[in-house]
Amino acid sequence: MKMFKDMPLATRGEITPKLGFALVVLLALVWLIPFLWMVVATLRPPSDGINAMAALMPSLSPTLDNIRDAWEIGDFPRYFLNTTIICTGILLVQFVTVTMAGFAFARLSFAGKGLIFYLFLLQLMLVPVLLIVPNLTLVAKLGLYDTLSGVMMPFFASAFGTFLMRQAFEAIPSELEDAALIDGAGIFQRVRHIYVPLSLPSFSAFAIVSVTSHWNDFLWPLMVIDSPDKRPLTVGLSVFTATAEGTQAWGTIAAGTLMVIAPLLVTFLIFQKRFISSFMTSGIK
Amino acid sequence: MSLAEPATLRATATAQAELAPRLHVVRRSVARLKASLPAYLLLSPSLVFLALFTYGAVGRVILDALYQRATPKAPSRFVGIDNVAAVLADPAFAGAVVNNLIYTVGTVVPSIALALLFALVLSRTNAVTSALRAALFLPALIPMVAASALFMFIFLPNVGLLDYYIGRLLPVLPNWLGDPDIALGAIMVITVWKNAGYYMLFFLAGLQAVPEDVMEAAHLDGAGPFQRLRHIILPELRPTFLFVTVIAVLQSVTQVDHVFVMTKGGPANATNLVLFYIYQEAVEHYDVGKASAATLLSLGVLIGLTALSFRSLASREGGS
Repeated sequence: MKMFKDMPLATRGEITPKLGFALVVLLALVWLIPFLWMVVATLRPPSDGINAMAALMPSLSPTLDNIRDAWEIGDFPRYFLNTTIICTGILLVQFVTVTMAGFAFARLSFAGKGLIFYLFLLQLMLVPVLLIVPNLTLVAKLGLYDTLSGVMMPFFASAFGTFLMRQAFEAIPSELEDAALIDGAGIFQRVRHIYVPLSLPSFSAFAIVSVTSHWNDFLWPLMVIDSPDKRPLTVGLSVFTATAEGTQAWGTIAAGTLMVIAPLLVTFLIFQKRFISSFMTSGIK
Repeated sequence: MSLAEPATLRATATAQAELAPRLHVVRRSVARLKASLPAYLLLSPSLVFLALFTYGAVGRVILDALYQRATPKAPSRFVGIDNVAAVLADPAFAGAVVNNLIYTVGTVVPSIALALLFALVLSRTNAVTSALRAALFLPALIPMVAASALFMFIFLPNVGLLDYYIGRLLPVLPNWLGDPDIALGAIMVITVWKNAGYYMLFFLAGLQAVPEDVMEAAHLDGAGPFQRLRHIILPELRPTFLFVTVIAVLQSVTQVDHVFVMTKGGPANATNLVLFYIYQEAVEHYDVGKASAATLLSLGVLIGLTALSFRSLASREGGS
């Protein structure tokens, strides 16, 4: 098989790797079934009846009716806008906070560095998701209940981003900075003109991980948001699903789900390599 | 790592403090603080938000767990450990803990086993393996809410995908999400489907550290694929295993979106997990005291994990 041509010569005759490969191909196909069903069910006309709903064979008379229905029942453009605002808002603030903190850890020496480093590390374990109850009361006290800012705020500081930027900044040769120092550039000028432009790959890796994870957040916005017009996509989809489930409108649910995940899927398929390598660094998000 | 540096600096500073005159020490530490000022300024925005939503939140959990209101509008009064005791005595909480333990073991072990299999098979990069990696990673990318919407139909009795294709082979059609004996298993299937491809990425990264020439030498010495796996690959992947286990366990405690969308903890509390219990106490029963006590107990468990993950992080950084 062509697949195995690049294996080391010595192991090319073995049977186990080939069996393993066949098994993984099979599993990958199984893994794709929910996506396949989503697309097939979206295009299936309701007239096919509920008993054909599960068939993975595409309908012979595909229709866009389900998409139109989902578009009309759910307020998807609004949900898109809200999710976009939340993800962009979080990311922009994070860029500022993680750049500053990352630079401090990478290039400055200061009293209590070790202690503060561990304080940051702690955030990786005390994940905000678990602290929904105290954070909800705080957000309410700050007058941010039922606001998009309230949804964003707990994520403004990111330990993961800070460590990522620290790593990127440490890799930049300090000779580059020395020249700027001689020219009398201040900290902010050096960060802006030397460190940030040279760390763009790390910024984009962080952006991918941050946006994907907040695009998918559910329980926290569910608690903070009350008004229907402030719902992000995930909360909107869950309400939409609950409504459509009552009428057994599975084609509509498939269409709604497709609309919600399509932007992520399309972006992923275009920038696949970049996504995979970004998520490889994301273990500590 | 530079972590050790400040500690040694501080140690020498205190050693000198015992010898040098006091004024000198004060002047030195003032100078040191002054030199640290730019760093503190740069760290302050992050520290403010961490203080509000991470450390402060932990403090508020402890305080809230000590107070209780008779009715939602009544003033709160100090009740000591009553909330903790009430949570521990609540059969729903005990049930959620047991469910969560089953759920954690039942999702972490298969996800990691599959992730390892995927990574071993797809460790070489070419067009075919890249496509397979993408297919397996896809579920990790989509919101759990969207995954739940799809799986709700897959598990739908009689007309759902599972019954349509597989259920026909069974003597009795099971009600996947409606039967208390099966529902938790159904919830676990989604989690494994969604996370295995994500954990695969860490094993792929870990496998890069396995030296090719050692593998070939082992083969020439007559070691079969399983012997090479056991004696060369697995020892090399130890830090990866530890690390992935920690994030998988964390994930199993903090991800309950599918419970919310698909079962609301039912039937008969069979799929109630700890975080969903906390959510219910806080949002549906307005019992902040009890919700905080339950959060506090979960934090206690996670702090144990924190110690573990610090070790795994340290060994990961040491390895790379």
